Amino acid sequence: MNKKEPLFHIVKRDVLPWYKSWGIRAIAIVVALIVCGIITTITTGLNPFKVYGAFIQGAFGSGRKVWITMQNMSVLLIISLALTPAFKMRFWNIGGEGQVLVGALATAACMITLGDKIPNALLILIMTVSAILAGSIWGLIPAIFKAKWNTNETLSTLMMNYIATQLVAFFTIVWEVPKGSFTVGIINQSTNAGWLPQLFGSKYLLPIVIALLTTVSMFVYLKYSKHGYEISVVGESEKTAKYVGMKTEKIIIRTMLLSGGLCGVAGLILVGGINHTITTTINSGQGFTAVMVSWLAKFNPITMIFTSFLIIFLERGAGEISTNFGLNQSFADILTGIILFFIIGCEFFISYRIVLRKKGDK
Amino acid sequence: MAEAAVKLVNISKSFGQVKANSNVSLEINKGEILALLGENGSGKTTLMNMLSGIYYPDEGQIFIDGKEVSISSPKIAYELGIGMVHQHFKLVDVLTATENIILGLDGKLNKKEAAAKIKEICDKYGFDINPDQKIYDMSVSQKQTVEIVKVLYRGANILILDEPTAVLTPQESEKLFNVMRNMKADGKALVIITHKMHEVESISDRVAILRKGEYVGSMMTKDTNAGEMTDMMVGRSVSLNIERPKPVDPKPRIRVEGLTVKNIEGIDKLKDVSFTACSGEILGIAGISGSGQKELLEAIAGLQPAESGSIKYINENGEEEELLGKDPRKIEELGVALSFVPEDRLGMGLVGNMDLSDNMMLRSFRKGKSPFTERKSPHSLAEKVVDDLEVVTPSIETPVRRLSGGNVQKILVGREIAHAPTVLLTAYAVRGLDINSSYTIYDLINQQKKKGVAVIFVGEDLDVLLEISDKILVLCGGRVSGIVDAEKTDKNTVGLMMTKVLNDSDKKEESTETGDSDE
Repeated sequence: MNKKEPLFHIVKRDVLPWYKSWGIRAIAIVVALIVCGIITTITTGLNPFKVYGAFIQGAFGSGRKVWITMQNMSVLLIISLALTPAFKMRFWNIGGEGQVLVGALATAACMITLGDKIPNALLILIMTVSAILAGSIWGLIPAIFKAKWNTNETLSTLMMNYIATQLVAFFTIVWEVPKGSFTVGIINQSTNAGWLPQLFGSKYLLPIVIALLTTVSMFVYLKYSKHGYEISVVGESEKTAKYVGMKTEKIIIRTMLLSGGLCGVAGLILVGGINHTITTTINSGQGFTAVMVSWLAKFNPITMIFTSFLIIFLERGAGEISTNFGLNQSFADILTGIILFFIIGCEFFISYRIVLRKKGDK
Repeated sequence: MAEAAVKLVNISKSFGQVKANSNVSLEINKGEILALLGENGSGKTTLMNMLSGIYYPDEGQIFIDGKEVSISSPKIAYELGIGMVHQHFKLVDVLTATENIILGLDGKLNKKEAAAKIKEICDKYGFDINPDQKIYDMSVSQKQTVEIVKVLYRGANILILDEPTAVLTPQESEKLFNVMRNMKADGKALVIITHKMHEVESISDRVAILRKGEYVGSMMTKDTNAGEMTDMMVGRSVSLNIERPKPVDPKPRIRVEGLTVKNIEGIDKLKDVSFTACSGEILGIAGISGSGQKELLEAIAGLQPAESGSIKYINENGEEEELLGKDPRKIEELGVALSFVPEDRLGMGLVGNMDLSDNMMLRSFRKGKSPFTERKSPHSLAEKVVDDLEVVTPSIETPVRRLSGGNVQKILVGREIAHAPTVLLTAYAVRGLDINSSYTIYDLINQQKKKGVAVIFVGEDLDVLLEISDKILVLCGGRVSGIVDAEKTDKNTVGLMMTKVLNDSDKKEESTETGDSDE
C-alpha cells in the first residue's frame, strides 16, 4: 500500500442537535481550564484552584461586584446588539468603537454646555437625541460610500474610529478641568445635571434594563420584521435582493443608521449613566470586543447575553487575579486568551468531525 | 475485452449523512470512451473527483494499470496520468494558453519549449488553439480546449470530461467529439459525463450508470437506447417526449423594439433587438452562451438598464405599459405579473442559506401594512410546491443550498409560477438537471403556455429548443440573427445562425414575416 495515504480526513457534519453542540462547548471550557491550570502551576507555582476561585471572586465576590459585572455586561451587550444587524447584512461594521465614542462625546457636550441651563428632563432628552444622532452619522458615512460606490466598509468604519478618538482628544483639551490636567473631570459633580436617573434607587439598574429591552427588540426585529428579512436577503445575496425589487442602497443605509444609533446609546450610558466624564478610552475597546461577542453568538441576540457574560466574566476575573496574586495584567490576559482560543476553536469540531480511514479489504 | 486502465473497487464516500457514493465498482478501459450517466446527485462528479484527487474515498480501493494506488491530491492524480476537465474552467484570465498550461509544473520554465510541445499535441489530436493567445480573448470552446490540452500536456492517459458540451454549440461539440475519437485511437481512456442522450449515443462505446450513489450497471452503447438508459438512471420507466400544444389565441404580450444594452465597459451586449412575444406561445431564445441572453431577460425583468429602445407590456385589454427604466418592484406595482427564473439560481432568485419557506416569502413578504412578516402563507406555498412538484427535501426548514440542483430549480420554478404570471422568463431552466427533472420542468412550462402565459425560454440544448418552442429567436453577439418557426427549421440552420448574423436584407424579411404572423 502506498505510504502517502492520509491517516485521517475531515468531514463536514450535519447540523448538530443543540445539546451536542453545547456539550462540545462545555468540554472545550473544561479543557481550557485544565490547560490554564497547568500553565499557572508551571509558571507561577500557584495552586490553580485558588486562581480559579479568585476568578469567580472577581466577578461575583460581593454584591457590588455582581452589579458591576452586570453593568459592564449590559454596555457590551448593547454594542454587540448594535453591530449585529450590520453583520447580518454582511456589512462588516468594525466602527463600533468610534460610533460609541461620538455618542459619548455628544452626551458630554450637552451636559457641559446645557447643564443647569435647562430643566433636567429636557436635558436628558436632548442628550439622548444627540447621542443617537451622532452615532448614526458615524454609521451613515461609511454606509453611503458602500451603497453608492461600493467602497470597502471594513476600512472606512475602522478609519472613522480614529477620527472619533481624535475629536474626543481635542474636546478633552477644550473642556479640561482643571486646566493642564488633560482630563475633563466629573461633569456637573455638584448638581448632577444630565446624570441619567437611578431606577428603584439603584445606579446599576438602568443600563441593565435598557440592554434587556434592546435584546428582545433586536431579536424580534431581526427575526420577525420585514426589515429583518430584507437585511438577511441583502446579506446573503445582493443580486437576489435586487431581483425581488428590494432597494439595497436604502436597506444598507437604514441598517447602518440603526447600528450607529444604537452604539450612540451605549455612549450615552457610558457618559451619562456610568462615568460622568469623557476620555478617549472610555469605551476601552469594547467596540471591537463586541465584534467577537456578536460572532460567537452567531448573530443571535438571545445567545449574546451568554457570550457577553462570558467575556465580561473573563475580563473581571483576570483583573482580580492580577491584583490578588501580584501577577501582572499580562498573565491574566494569557489565561483569557487560552480560554477564548478553546471556545472559538471548538466551533471547528461543531462543524466538522475527524474520521480515521477504514482500510479496504485486502 | 480491452485492458482496464482504472479499476474502482467498492468505493464509498459520504458527506455528513449523505452517501454520495456507496460501494461503487467500475472499470475504465484503455482505448474506450465511457459515458457516465446518472441523475443529479447520483454521485457521478463525486466519483470522478475521487479519481482526480480532489476528494479522498472513505472506503474502497483504486487500481491504476492493475496497481493499487492512493490518490490523496490532484498532483498525485497527475503523476498517475489522470486528468479531469471540470465543468467550471480553472484558468487564469490574464495569462496566455501556454502560461496556463505550464502553471504549477515543476522544473525550469521554458515557454518556447512548452509552446512547441503544445503545438505537437494540438497537431496530433486536431486541436485548434493559439498558444500565445490570452484566455480573456478566447471563446468558451477555446478555453475548454486549453483545459484539455493542459491535461494532455501533463501526460494524462485517463481523461475525465465533466459535462463538456454544456457550453458548446452543436458544431463545437462535434469538433470536440472528433478530438475525443482521436484520443481514443491513441489508446487513452476517456470518461464523459453528460445529460444529453444523443451525445451518449454518438460518442461513447460503453455506458455506466449510477443511481443514488450506487452503481446500477454498464452496457455497450450499441446494444442499448436512450429510453433504456433513462429508465435505468431513474429506476422506472419515463417518457421522453416533449409535447408542443398548438398555441391558443396568441396575442402580443411583450413587444421589444430596438433594444440596445451596453455593459460597464461600454461594449454592446445587445444591439437593436426587436421581437414580439405572444401569450400562449413559447418563444425560444437560442445562442452561444454570452450572446446577450442574460441581458435580454434582465432588461425585461427590470434589472438591466438599457441605452435605447423600448419594452412594452401589452395587457389583456390591449393597453401598453413601458417596462424599461422601471425596477422589479415598480413593474409589480403596475400589475404586470412577470415571473423570472434566472440562470444563476442560488446567486439570484433564491437565497441558499434560507429555508424553503423563507425563499417562498421573497415574492410575497411585502404584502400588507404590518411591519412584521406573515409566515403562514409562504409556509403553505412551500408545502404545496414540495407536494406538487415532488421536491425531495428533508423538510420545509432545510436551507435550499442543501438540496440537489433539480430540487432547487423546482422550488424556484414553483415559486415563480405560483403567482399566476402572464409572462414567464426562464434562463437555462434545465441547466445541470438530470433528464427526469428536466422533463418535469418542460411539463411545467407547457402548462403555463396552455394557461395563456407568454413564455420566453432561453435554452442551450437545440434539440429541446426545437421541440418545445413555437418560435425561436437566434442571438449572435447581441444581435438578432433571425426569428424562425421551430417546426419548419432544423438544428443545423439554427446552429449556423448562432455563429453569424444573416445579412441585413434577410434579417428584415425575417422580422417582418414574424411581425405579420403576430397580428
